[in-house]
Amino acid sequence: MSMPAEILAHPAIWRGNRPVAVSSPSLPTGFPALDAELSGGGWPTAALIEILPQHEGIGELRILGHALSRLTAQGRFLVWIAPPYLPYAPALRSACIDLARFILVKTRSPRETLWASEQALRSNACGAVLVWPQAANYAELRRLQIAAEGSPSVLAILFRSPQVARETTPAPLRLSLATAHGELAVRVLKRRGAPLVNPILLSPANRRVQRLSFTHHAVDRARFPSPAARIIPAGVNAV
Amino acid sequence: MSVAAASALAPQLNHRPRDPGIETAALAAIAIWAAQFTPVVSLEPPAGLLLEIEGSLKLLGGIDNVLQSIERGLQDMGYTAAIACAATATAAGLLARNGGSRVVIERSALEPVIAALPVTVLDCETSTRNTFAAIGAKRIGDLLRLPRDGLARRCGPRLLDTLDRALGKLPEARRSFTPPERFEVKLELAAEVMHSEALLFAAKRQLTQLAGFLAARGAGIQYFTFTLLHEVQNATVTGIGLVAPTRDLRHLITLTRERLAALTLRAPVRALQLTAGDIFTLAAGNYSLFQGSPHARGEWQQLVERLRARLGQDAVHGISARPDHRPEHAWYATQPGTKNMAIETRPRPLWLLEQPQPLPAIVSKPHYHNDALALIAGPERIESGWWDGADARRDYFIAQTPAHSTLWIYRERREPFGWYLHGIFG
Repeated sequence: MSMPAEILAHPAIWRGNRPVAVSSPSLPTGFPALDAELSGGGWPTAALIEILPQHEGIGELRILGHALSRLTAQGRFLVWIAPPYLPYAPALRSACIDLARFILVKTRSPRETLWASEQALRSNACGAVLVWPQAANYAELRRLQIAAEGSPSVLAILFRSPQVARETTPAPLRLSLATAHGELAVRVLKRRGAPLVNPILLSPANRRVQRLSFTHHAVDRARFPSPAARIIPAGVNAV
Repeated sequence: MSVAAASALAPQLNHRPRDPGIETAALAAIAIWAAQFTPVVSLEPPAGLLLEIEGSLKLLGGIDNVLQSIERGLQDMGYTAAIACAATATAAGLLARNGGSRVVIERSALEPVIAALPVTVLDCETSTRNTFAAIGAKRIGDLLRLPRDGLARRCGPRLLDTLDRALGKLPEARRSFTPPERFEVKLELAAEVMHSEALLFAAKRQLTQLAGFLAARGAGIQYFTFTLLHEVQNATVTGIGLVAPTRDLRHLITLTRERLAALTLRAPVRALQLTAGDIFTLAAGNYSLFQGSPHARGEWQQLVERLRARLGQDAVHGISARPDHRPEHAWYATQPGTKNMAIETRPRPLWLLEQPQPLPAIVSKPHYHNDALALIAGPERIESGWWDGADARRDYFIAQTPAHSTLWIYRERREPFGWYLHGIFG
């Protein structure tokens, strides 16, 4: 006996192949292929998002670029907590992130990192909180998840190492980033709704770098360079 | 009764010598705090304070609000007081000495209330008190019924002046208390404190005084310092800075709590001193005509201050770009929220390494983690900075690892020649 249609249309019933409705608004990622696979059509807000890049420098920040620049354009603040390297200001400017809305927090221990993250998420003053926790167990992440749920519309992102993919996480969304044939392969390890088997391939932005030619060199020499600079020792290739 | 006799009667008695200097300083501190209610404050040593509040009643919302705020503030500072309010200053003083709070506004209602007070509230010598006892005058009303010239002859003219001033028949002039220009209070702790959390109790009292001082001036501070004095070692000084001037007591207490929690004490603390930094005038909040909250302090500023209180002043900052060709000089740390106009057109990595990492060169090809790097773009020559001694002469390339990580590397064109990793394209 089949169920009547009006019972199946009830919002509390979820059928396995439909995306799950989310309560807080989602931020578009800027990649339509990724938006289609995320419930809500974008980055979920008021929830933790875990990003596990296989290597550094494959584009783990560039997939957030669109959402972050939209947030700063709306006047909301970005807080980056304990990043592994210095965020480079001119590059952030090129990515259309307003530097007046950027706050960098340096911490001295994993405990301070987690405390600062909780403060930033609970304060409801930030548009996005990006954290690089060196070490965090399930209970501590659960606290961050609860803090994120308390602030509607905050984008909370944790960058962790790929080894933690085997551990459980309270974050509703977990992505693993890798490269495949020069393209960025995003594997959705965990999301609200049905699991995704195939990775999503996104074309990276660095292809456009190869087409740039460096015709402008920044050469600013003193009038009388020191004589030692003119000597090229043997054995070094001159380009 | 001597101390020895008292200790014999109550063995657990705890006694301390009286220090008039500390008492005077405490009275002055309360007067500084009380200046937020009225500009006319005068001291009545040893333990009295007079505030003229007729002019401030409308601003502060009525006599009940004022008395409640005064009581609450005194409690926060750790003092108990008898508060009385009357039409003349002397009458208020007499009522307060009698204890309890009586609110007597009308000048016409003064006489019966004053007459009902016992003669012990009057400040006079022992001989005068003996005279009162001898003639059987128990209440001030009894004194008021006596002939004036006889009373003046027996007890001196000062007593008559006091009674006349209390009833409003003589004018009274008081010396006004002027608060000092800078705020600095010191509190000797009752016992030596080893845990920084326990200092919060003393710090709250001092912060309440500071909030009153600032409210009296309509000002705010952007920096304040706590000095923890130890017995032998040098004092520990910790300063807390704010993004914008404020006098919000709750916020100052939150910041102090975070800072004290992060502080490790090297030795027990015997005294705590609070010094306020420069004072800035704060515009008063405007209440809108219709329902709505007055202009609120930015929440991100409170977050930054809270983070700085626990992690340190330099741990939280914004970044800005500077038009310099050398990458390590092209950025600098600023206060969050600073506007920036610099534009960069060339591709630059999102991550910069603070110290360029040397890369081993095998067969004159740079290697990163034992992977040969493929140079996909470059070279970009940067030669600059000869004017400040940090000159750079480098050829920058964009390189890719076999795992398709994109790196920003350079070849140094001076001693020591070599390949270095300077940035990672995130």
